[in-house]
Amino acid sequence: MTDAVNKDSIEVDAHGHVAVDVTTLDAELIEGPSVATPDVAEYALWLGDDSLVLAQQLGAWISRAPELEEDVALGNVGLDLIGHARSLLHYAGTATDRTEDDLAYWRTEPDFRSLHIVEQPNGDFAHTIARQFIVSHYLFELHSRLRASADATLAAIAAKAVKEVDYHRDHSTQWVLRLAQGTDESRRRMITALSDLWPYVEEIFRDDPLIDRLEGIAVRPSSLRPAFDAAIAPVLAEAELEIPRGFVASGGGRTGKHSEHLAFLLAEMQVLTRAHPGASW
Amino acid sequence: MVNTATHEATARPRPADAASLAAWTIAAQVVDPEIPVLTIEDLGVLRSVSVASDAVAVTLTPTYSGCPAMDAMRDDVLGVLTAAGYQNVSIRLVLSPAWTTDWMSEIGKAKLREYGIAAPTGHATVRGSGPVGPISLKMAVKCPRCSSLNTRELAHFGSTSCKSLYECRDCLEPFDYFKVL
Repeated sequence: MTDAVNKDSIEVDAHGHVAVDVTTLDAELIEGPSVATPDVAEYALWLGDDSLVLAQQLGAWISRAPELEEDVALGNVGLDLIGHARSLLHYAGTATDRTEDDLAYWRTEPDFRSLHIVEQPNGDFAHTIARQFIVSHYLFELHSRLRASADATLAAIAAKAVKEVDYHRDHSTQWVLRLAQGTDESRRRMITALSDLWPYVEEIFRDDPLIDRLEGIAVRPSSLRPAFDAAIAPVLAEAELEIPRGFVASGGGRTGKHSEHLAFLLAEMQVLTRAHPGASW
Repeated sequence: MVNTATHEATARPRPADAASLAAWTIAAQVVDPEIPVLTIEDLGVLRSVSVASDAVAVTLTPTYSGCPAMDAMRDDVLGVLTAAGYQNVSIRLVLSPAWTTDWMSEIGKAKLREYGIAAPTGHATVRGSGPVGPISLKMAVKCPRCSSLNTRELAHFGSTSCKSLYECRDCLEPFDYFKVL
């Protein structure tokens, strides 16, 4: 459990592997498990993959956002998500003796467990904002409840993440309002983006069988839907946006069924590590 | 409202025994590489130091989950302790209890202002789940240059994870604000 650091291991760390040990400081506080059970590891993989894929998408905006502040904002949001992904994937990897980097760089898309919404293309800025708006509100509700997980490690990660995600949802909320109430063009794009992304909302709140085996540990996705709806409703009302109706995407991310978008994203994310295993700079 | 002594003990849990305290004092000199006026003790990032025979165990907590400065701080703690003659140093990163700007020392806040970064104002609260209003009420942030309260946020996110970007409407200078977490 202890990450023993000596002169020899610094070099290993410089290669990008940093062990994040989740423990608590005081004896009276609960100490989190250092090795995840297979079911908990699978759940950590779900959540870790969502954050990792979304972070990779947001990184692509750096130097391409409509203004410098948004380069910085989307980069920062992505950085927070990378932090969550690292903690979650590190924990997931403890079950099978793999590192966070093994999981991020050496799995192919059928082994990824991310939701379809996070792999939807960045599109124009409105599409990215619509995706952020949906996902940040979901993640806020998720981490708010995961703080009370019976698994102390997941609870610790969530307690840290919820404070950061609070800023993310505020950021996307303000942009939804600004775009919807801006020019005719920005409003048109916001409406299009929301209707393009909305079919992927359903999958977020679907209860896969794993959830039944993790009572008290995982957060039941369907239980988050009322809070999610209640949180976004006033924003959409103020923005004079309607919840789009129409088809529901098939989903299947939690069982490794993905759209064509994920493979391209992973190819870009993984190419360097795979071409030059162990590379560092 | 906040008991200062209890608050300090939470923010800076200095060890009671002399050997551990000596190692704490050395580790406490390490500074944040992005904001070199703040030590990890000022930040509340240094969570524990304990010495048992020749081994030193240190725990640190990250400010933000993805903060890249964490790796540098960890290596620097290892460096100063090794330089001070400690042979067997182990460092753990802990996530719980989650770091908060409430742990920043008053001295740290003063140094931050002097450095040109507005210190966090008020206390961290995580808003409950449920409906969020589009406009959140915030305490005014004081310009670190001219002390005016007539300032506005330009961007939620700034040059590092922990800061947002502000502008002073009186002296017209932009400045960083260490946001409440």
